[in-house]
Formats: sequence, structure tokens, C-alpha cells
Amino acid sequence: MDADLITQILFAAIKTGTPLLFIALGEVICEKSGILNLGQEGMMLMGAVLGFLAAYTTGSMGLGVLAAMIMGSFMSLIFAVLVLQLGANQVATGLALTIFGTGLSAFVGSGVVGQTIQGFTPIAIPLLSDIPYLGEILFKHDILVYLSFAITIALYFVVNKTRVGLTLKAVGENPNAANAIGIKVLQVRYLAIMFGGAMAGISGAYMSLVYTPMWVENMTAGRGWIALALVVFASWRIGRIMLGAYLFGLASIMHLVLQGLGWSISPNLLAMLPYMATVIVMVIISADHFKEKLLAPRSLGKPFDPRNMA
Amino acid sequence: MIRIQARTEPSTLMKIASPLIAIVLTLLFGCLLFSAIGKDPLQALHVLLIAPLSDSYNIGEMFVKMGPLLLCAVGLAICYRANMWNIGAEGQLLAGALGGSAMALYFIDSDSVFALPITLLAGIVSGMLWSAIPTFLKLRFNSNLILTTIMFNYIALYLLIWAVHGPLRDPQGFGFPESALFSDATLLPTLFEFSRIHLGIVFAILAGFIGWFILTKTHLGFQIRVLGADEPAAKYAGFNSKKLSWFVMLFAGALAGLAGVSETTGPIGQLVPNVSPGYGYSAIIVAYLGRLHPIGAILAAVFMAILYMGGDLAQIEMGIPVAVVSMFQGVLLFFLLACDFFINNRLTLSHQATN
Repeated sequence: MDADLITQILFAAIKTGTPLLFIALGEVICEKSGILNLGQEGMMLMGAVLGFLAAYTTGSMGLGVLAAMIMGSFMSLIFAVLVLQLGANQVATGLALTIFGTGLSAFVGSGVVGQTIQGFTPIAIPLLSDIPYLGEILFKHDILVYLSFAITIALYFVVNKTRVGLTLKAVGENPNAANAIGIKVLQVRYLAIMFGGAMAGISGAYMSLVYTPMWVENMTAGRGWIALALVVFASWRIGRIMLGAYLFGLASIMHLVLQGLGWSISPNLLAMLPYMATVIVMVIISADHFKEKLLAPRSLGKPFDPRNMA
Repeated sequence: MIRIQARTEPSTLMKIASPLIAIVLTLLFGCLLFSAIGKDPLQALHVLLIAPLSDSYNIGEMFVKMGPLLLCAVGLAICYRANMWNIGAEGQLLAGALGGSAMALYFIDSDSVFALPITLLAGIVSGMLWSAIPTFLKLRFNSNLILTTIMFNYIALYLLIWAVHGPLRDPQGFGFPESALFSDATLLPTLFEFSRIHLGIVFAILAGFIGWFILTKTHLGFQIRVLGADEPAAKYAGFNSKKLSWFVMLFAGALAGLAGVSETTGPIGQLVPNVSPGYGYSAIIVAYLGRLHPIGAILAAVFMAILYMGGDLAQIEMGIPVAVVSMFQGVLLFFLLACDFFINNRLTLSHQATN
């Protein structure tokens, strides 16, 4: 394999990893507040279809992304009300959200299946894109990839260096203590869940506006679930999520790599690779039970009812 | 003013009423939705719920769809009772279809009476194997069961697609991704002249009652229920939680595998890429709607099968996308979870604000 091919593969790994990065960043913020939302796949599909519909009818890509974000956070609001207000089981509610989103997205998108749009065009960043190899890999993408870079850096800063981040972690680690010092636990969790929804929405929009760009039923193909595994893989750390997203991106385009090496394997078998990689990665990281317990937000998945706190 | 008050004891009435209220609310939601897209809501409801039961052929088709839903749901209900979050019924079903079909193709020229039982057994074992891997990974390496079972659903799907494009493709099939038609010796017998109802529905209802018996009448079932309700108590009582987890997962895998092989040897008669329209996922809703109780699952599976039939008819007769079915399933589970709030809480009228 020559250097050009490697550059192309890494460029594609970033492009393929970007939807995973968006959705996993949203989910990690949600999980840091102590909430496990298994509805990622449903929110992402709704973001994909609404983003496509908005961009298709208005011709504006920006409106498409905005519509996807609004739809994603609206979907997550349904989850938030059930889980936070009515104390519903987070696992069951998340599954319901995924099933609902899968059906609803196919329903509202049935009229535009197979239609295509222009999609975002790549923008080469002046100077930076001239760096040999690195410029080719990192700085000749579309604007959403740059947005994902910016959001990653911003979240890294907010979570690790600011009071907002501290509040978020306090709520996720020990909601009772957070409540006692006057933090509004449910409010923080509402915001974290809806941020996660908006990010899932952008992630979906990336699929239908950039990656494909068209709408097909179930086009996210389990990326919402892979993102959940990615958060565990990254030990709930922002920087590692970025690295992990690109590694998973690489796993999803392994068929290109193998073709580059001159191997021929059935594309249907190669399509299993990202899912297999997810399983293997999860086995490796969870094998150290103690470490995972230490790193996961302490109250993850457990309900908090302020009425019990009087 | 109206206040929310915690009940001192969970309401038994609400436990039973909650699924029924959720169904009614879902139907109301459906009426609003159909009005919004300019369809006559009453006609739509008629097509979705009444038309599937209107003639003997449709009723037969309803039972055909009920079989796999119920088989999967009984296994899932028992898993969830033990707090094993198995989302993998879809993959286990596909594995059963794949393993069973491989065996059925081996018997393609056979007229042995053992061909069908061995084929069914191959499906069951394949489903168990597909559920055994995530179970092993969870119990040995502590990996997240929800995520591994989901990943195995996707892996099973691609394995099946690979098989019908490759080793199991009909050599005389003009390149279509389908296996050869199975021989009569490996086809499930149909029960009536007028419809495609086959032995699978008998397996399913039998599974419901076996599940009910295990869960409520045996010491094993008692241990499963204790494990799910209060894990420390189960440990204190000396129950072997690993063994119980293995049992529920293999039981669920066996039933889902049987569902898969019953589809290919029943109404389909060969292996095709789209064996299941998401039965394994819908079974999660069936299990919940049936209150994680095997007998409840039978009733819930009837409702879900009607909805599936209605979805097909609504597409043919009114041009409503068939995706409406899985959307209704999601809405139904939302409403069910919301109604369950009132099992442990109630609304009271009070004239003075307390607190």
C-alpha cells in the first residue's frame, strides 16, 4: 500500500467516524448526568429524515441540520418526561424511543425515498490543508466535520475545566449530594438529555446530507447502538471518544483497506466487521469489571425522585 | 387542586388496566395521526383492527404472524423477569432460520419422517447458540448484554444475507438470493384447508403455557423471579445466579430459534433474505404489553399480530406506509410506561395545598 492510499483511507475513516463522534458526544454528556438513553438509533433516524426533508424542500443545508437538531431534542424530550417525571425504566423507555423513531422516520420519509440532493461540498481550509498528508486527512472535509472538531474541543473544555462540567458530573456521580447543595438535578438531566438528542439529530443529518446523501429507511444501520458501546470504550472521556469514533470509522471501511491489499471477501461478511469490532472491544474493556465500575458515572441508569428527598 | 400521591401499596387493578388503557390511548393517537395526513381515521382503524378478523383467510394470516411473535416474547418475558436484558430475539430468530434451513437443504431429497424434527432441532440449537455467545460474554467478561445482543442481531442478519447469496443459494435459482424450495418432508404441516396456519402456532401457544408453568409453578421459576426482583436476596438465599441466567437465555434462544425455523419451514418454505419483519424487536413490546407474563404474552401477541395484519391491509387498501406498525408499537410502549406510573402513584383531589 502506498502513502496516497493510506491518506485516502484515513480521510475516509474520519468521514465515516464523524456521525459516530456526534452521537457519542451527545450520549456521553447524557450519561455523565446519570441517564442511559438507549433511544439513540431512533433519534438519529429522525434527525436523518427530518434533516433530509428540510434540506430537500427548502434547498438549504443549514436549515436541514437545524431541523435535525430540533427533531432530535424533541424526541429526547419524550424520553426525558417519561424517565424523569414518571420514573419509567430507562432501558425500556430508550428501547421504545428507538422502535418509535424507526417507524416514524420510515413513515414520514416514505415520500422522498430515492430522491437525492446536492449535499455539503468539501471546503479545503487555506494553509492547513497544505500540510503534507495531515492536511489531506484532516482539512479537506465538509463543514460538519469541522463543526464536530469544534464541538469536541468545546465539550472537552466545558466538562473538564468549568463549573458547568462540575455540576454535570456531580449530578451523575451523586444526585442526592448534588440536590443537597442546591443543584436542580432534574433540570440538569433534562438539559443533558436534550443536548444528547440534538447531537443525535446532527449525527443523523450527517448521514442523510453528507454521507449518502439521500434518505433510506434504517440508513443509520445500528450506528446509534455502536455509539453506546463507544462511550464505554472511551471510559466516558471526551478525547477518547474522538479517537474511538475514528477507529470505528476505520473498521467500517475495512473493505476498502482489504481491497487495497488485493483480498477478495464477500461484502456481506465484511459488513459484519463494525459489529464484530464492537463486541470484541466491549469484551476487552469490560473484562476489567472493577475499572469499569470506577469510571462509569455512579448513578448511571438509576432513577432519582426529588420527592423522596424532603 | 390535583396532586400526585404515592400509593401505599401497588395497585393490582392498574397493573391489569394499564396495558388496556395504553392500547386505547395508542388508538386515539392513531386517529389523530390519520386525520393529520388526510385519511379517514375511522376507516383506518377499521382496516387496522377489524378487517384482519373479517374473514377466515385473514384470521389465519393473523395466527401465522402471532406464532413467531409469541415464541420470542415468552422467552424475552422470562429473561426480563431475571433482569437479563436480552434484545437479541431477532438475531436468535434469524440464526434459527439459517441453521434450520441449512439442515432442511441437507434433507432436500429425503422423505424420512425424521427430516422435519431434525430440521426443527437444528433451528432450536442455532438459536440457543446465538444466545449463548452474548450470555457467555456477559457472565465471563461482564460485557453489556443489551449491546452485545443487538450487535449479534446485525451479525446474524449479514450472515443470513451472505448465506443466501453464497453457500445456500439455489443453484437453479437464476442468481436470486434465495435457497431452493424445501422438500415436503421438512415442511411444517398446515392445520386447516383454508389457510396457511401451520404447526408453529401450536408450538407458540404450548411455549406460552410451558413458560407460565416454569415461572409460576416450579422452584426454578421462583428463583428466577427472586433474582429479578431482588438480586442480593437471591444471592443470600444461595441461588446460583449464573445458572439461572444461562437457563433464561438458552430458553429464550431456543424459542426464538424455533420461531425462525418455523417461519422458513412453514409459510415461507425456503430461506429468503427477509425472513422476519422485525418480529424479534416487536416481541419486546409483546413481552411488556403482556406484563412479562407468559399468559399475558399470548393475549398481547394476538393484538400485535392483528396490528401487523392491519398494517399490511392499510398499505394495500389506503396507501398508508407499513412503517405505521412499528411507530404504533413505540407509541404503545410509551403509553404503557406512562400508565405504569399510576401503579405506584395516584391522583388525588385536595382542597388545601399541603407541604
